[in-house]
Amino acid sequence: MGDPQMVMYEEEFNQIQTVVDRLLKEANSKVVFIVDKNGQLIAASGEIDNLDTTSLASLTAGNIAATGGMAKLLKENEFATQFHEGENANIHIQLVGNRVILVVIFDSKSSLGLVRLRVKRACDELNVIFEALLRKVNTPGRDSPFAEITDEDIDNLFND
Amino acid sequence: MSFINYMAREINCKIVYYGPGLCGKTTNLQYIYERTNPEAKGKMISLATETERTLFFDFLPLSLGEIRGFKTRFHLYTVPGQVFYDASRKLILKGVDGVVFVADSQIGRIEANIESLENLRTNLAEQGYALDKLPYVVQYNKRDLPEIASVEELRQLLNPTQVPDFEGVARTGIGVFDTLKAVAKLVLTELKRGG
Repeated sequence: MGDPQMVMYEEEFNQIQTVVDRLLKEANSKVVFIVDKNGQLIAASGEIDNLDTTSLASLTAGNIAATGGMAKLLKENEFATQFHEGENANIHIQLVGNRVILVVIFDSKSSLGLVRLRVKRACDELNVIFEALLRKVNTPGRDSPFAEITDEDIDNLFND
Repeated sequence: MSFINYMAREINCKIVYYGPGLCGKTTNLQYIYERTNPEAKGKMISLATETERTLFFDFLPLSLGEIRGFKTRFHLYTVPGQVFYDASRKLILKGVDGVVFVADSQIGRIEANIESLENLRTNLAEQGYALDKLPYVVQYNKRDLPEIASVEELRQLLNPTQVPDFEGVARTGIGVFDTLKAVAKLVLTELKRGG
């Protein structure tokens, strides 16, 4: 039903975080983050302390979903890249492998050309990691960590 | 689909509030937002028109606590109820883990409820989901208004499969948390079953 379950393990998370950290530096950007197409934040790097990353993640996914809807109407597969230019901040949004979204926020210390170039390389690396992750998730015999929770566990969550 | 993050020890689930225009979906989320501790909620986002009609979606992230060392986080979304925003509604259903159908109890809105429920089934099917297989609850909202249909009548029309249902007055909060808890429980139970 629908998309396969999204799962993140420590090993792949560390690989993803390494790519994100490096992209942040190499693109001279302020913030880099990765969101899945349903709006769940996967990894982030940079000046995120005062940033509402949960909301940004949800809105990014909404944005990609809306753009994907427009693409469909135009019989395009996807619009994989988006760029929004502001007075101080700019956002570059890139769909990676039609599965996750790579977002780079940058200011005048960087340029669209540099960001595009660095994003392209990061995309190739992320694609490899996410494909491996997906294979791992789909390996039979991997039980959900929730298989053993009891009805009582669930009830306890709601005992105010 | 839910997102299990072993690194952050978090489980994230998506719940969508569906229903006809002006049935009270946004009001449900606003009440939850107002009555939740600051540490358990994120910012509520409403993408609305100038007249406060939902244009794309409302979004509210909530933390419900821990189960076996995993933080449970729920992302609540509403869809725009107005008929002509159907393309947006389809997008918001992507990756859904649980659905709340908010019905407007007023007699004059019975047709709109039925139409919206049909629309929900159709849009879910397009995404490869079947409503009857999803964690799903119904709320009969606006029980405080005059000229409302009886719960029995609404149940017969809108809840033939007898999923958990609740009477609500979202404006004052009646039934709001009961509805949320019921759908969250169903979502977690589904996860337990490995859904």
